[in-house]
Amino acid sequence: MKLTGARIVLECLLEQGVDTVFGYPGGTILNVYDALYDYRDRIKHYRTAHEQGAAHAADGYARSTGKVGVCLATSGPGSTNLVTGIATASMDSSPVVFITCNVGENLIGKDSFQEVDITGITMPITKCNYLVHHADELADVIREAFAIARSGRPGPVLIDILKNATAEEADYEFMPLEEQHRHGRLALLLGRSSHDMTAPEPDLADIDALVAMIAESQKPLIICGGGVVRGRAHEELAIFAERIDAPVAITIMGAGGFNGRNPLTTGMIGMHGSMASNQAVDSCDLLIALGTRFSDRVALDPATFAAQAKIVQVDIDRSEINKNVQTDHHIVGDVKRVLQLLNERVEKKYNFSWKNYVFGFPTETKYSLAGDALTPKQISDAVARIAPWDTIVATDVGQHQMWVTQHFHYDYPGQLLTSGGFGSMGFGLGAAIGAKVSHPDKTVLHITGDGSFRMNCNELATVAYYDIPIVTIIFDNRTLGMVRQWQTLIYDERYSETDIAREPDYVKLAEAYGLEGRRVSNVKDFEEALTEALASGHGYVIDCAIDKDEKVRPMVQGGDPITQFILN
Amino acid sequence: MEKLRYTLAVLVDNEAGVLSQVSRLFARKGYNIESLAVGTTDDPQVSRMTIEVLADNEPQVRLLCNQLRKLFPVHTVKLLSPSVAVRRELVLVKVATESPAARNEIIQLANVFRANIIDVTPSALTVAVVGEEGKNDALMNLIELHGIKELVRTGVVALERGAATIDEETKVKDEFDYGKNVR
Repeated sequence: MKLTGARIVLECLLEQGVDTVFGYPGGTILNVYDALYDYRDRIKHYRTAHEQGAAHAADGYARSTGKVGVCLATSGPGSTNLVTGIATASMDSSPVVFITCNVGENLIGKDSFQEVDITGITMPITKCNYLVHHADELADVIREAFAIARSGRPGPVLIDILKNATAEEADYEFMPLEEQHRHGRLALLLGRSSHDMTAPEPDLADIDALVAMIAESQKPLIICGGGVVRGRAHEELAIFAERIDAPVAITIMGAGGFNGRNPLTTGMIGMHGSMASNQAVDSCDLLIALGTRFSDRVALDPATFAAQAKIVQVDIDRSEINKNVQTDHHIVGDVKRVLQLLNERVEKKYNFSWKNYVFGFPTETKYSLAGDALTPKQISDAVARIAPWDTIVATDVGQHQMWVTQHFHYDYPGQLLTSGGFGSMGFGLGAAIGAKVSHPDKTVLHITGDGSFRMNCNELATVAYYDIPIVTIIFDNRTLGMVRQWQTLIYDERYSETDIAREPDYVKLAEAYGLEGRRVSNVKDFEEALTEALASGHGYVIDCAIDKDEKVRPMVQGGDPITQFILN
Repeated sequence: MEKLRYTLAVLVDNEAGVLSQVSRLFARKGYNIESLAVGTTDDPQVSRMTIEVLADNEPQVRLLCNQLRKLFPVHTVKLLSPSVAVRRELVLVKVATESPAARNEIIQLANVFRANIIDVTPSALTVAVVGEEGKNDALMNLIELHGIKELVRTGVVALERGAATIDEETKVKDEFDYGKNVR
């Protein structure tokens, strides 16, 4: 049947099972939005205040559901506004398909109004990207794009469509999802020796070698990385850790990959890792790293990182093996499959004295609770008391991000949405929107700092317009807290440009957007406000006044050995 | 530590933008491309790149190969060590010939190096030579004494010695070794 390119785009989204998209209309993508009007009962579109918010929302949708997120934007500034969102998804391996439109073929290359080479710009931050000239290429490209975004190590893909391709007609036949790998570009791609489309079956000899290493080990340690979350391997990991009786340290991307309340967890690892996690890295004899790339925030000093231990890396992406830390053994494969194979083979072990040693160190930072002033720890604890156990938390970047990762227990994959790799301030509100619209029955909190919130607080307009009940909790210390912490500890208290006193009144700001807001400065008021916010069923902003010299503890400086704490 | 020169043979989709994708990868991983030659293969859909880079050691280059393999337009990457590969480069050089004696000397040098004279004018000669960089460099050093007016090198192209081919590598060896602890 003959359809316009715009309709083919939407039909292909339906083929993929897409029912929710985020985006922002504009001149070159008008044909697609015009067609969307006819599909509005089947594809729910959320228009954000800014394309960056749409990108983060699609990313938050993908992270919380495990499905591919979809984001639409127009050419030029519409597409460049996506860039931070695309890079965020790329660094955290989140599957999102970005669809942008460019000027028509007669205008391309002429510096036309709102023309930009977005495929060139996004080359290093997408798994792959496409420039589509004609409608007859569209279906094939979109099918391949979705397959690439979700396969292997997931990640963002961008499709840039020339405006003429959305207007002209081409033949379109519906193709069920399970048929698609047998046709067109996808069949060609799979026919090649491309391993990135299908996770390789782990080598059994390598699995057996790891089983033998585990049997020999007296002091095993597991690191749960983002791969466990993306691969939804949390159940397998719980069995594995219990079977080999090994402590589990969790990276920020790994939060939710291992139950945060399980007595085997040592809490977060790395720069702001717990004493227990970091000491365990320094004394284990076998380190099993699952789906983690040993980033510079985990393996702060790669040369001394677990230097006394045998390091085993399990990753779906072969280019991660030995990239940052030299390993002694590795298995390339889907972490879920690897753990299944291991669970069939490993014997039950007990490591009492090793666990006694590790859990002799605190797994969580102790703070003094003297005085009336509201502290970050009190806020986190009150949230844990009042909000339902399965609350989804979306954060921005900075001190608040570390506090809620350390003090909140994440029990399932997709419960914490945070920009761990790229560290994008302003990620949280968009991500919370994506999570809430896909999980209407769950409570979604947007936890932020005053610095981060100011970056993309415009998305309160989206929260209000669609009446999305998201509670924003601002850790408001009137400064860029994490940078200030570094200035205090490392830069001789020279507070260059971090003070953001005389801020907007966030309560009035919320009201300006048609939402309720409240400023609190003690625990009792905070508890009241949160209870009221959760009961309100609408967007709500709680502005929490905290001291500007509150610090994230413990802390190890970048590049230092992992147990060299400058704060504990 | 002195860096070593490594030669990579890469089969890619013959499409717009692929060259920049591959070259950007080298740039963002901190490598400078020392030499690059691209052309189509017997299959018009597929181009072959021969890329030379300087790196500290082979494991580093193998990591780079794995990064390259992640690019979707890249079909195959093979590291060609000098001992198992034949490598050739074409150099065209335009030399000033101020006297008949100078012209004769250059023609003699060209003969010694089995180079060809491909253009002659009263004041200049153009010499074409094919070989490994060592040989080409030696000829250039001699010709330079007469004053090089202009010089262009194609970059090295390389093929494996013997019957083995890049496709065999992909289909059999890499496939077999993939994900295993091969040293």
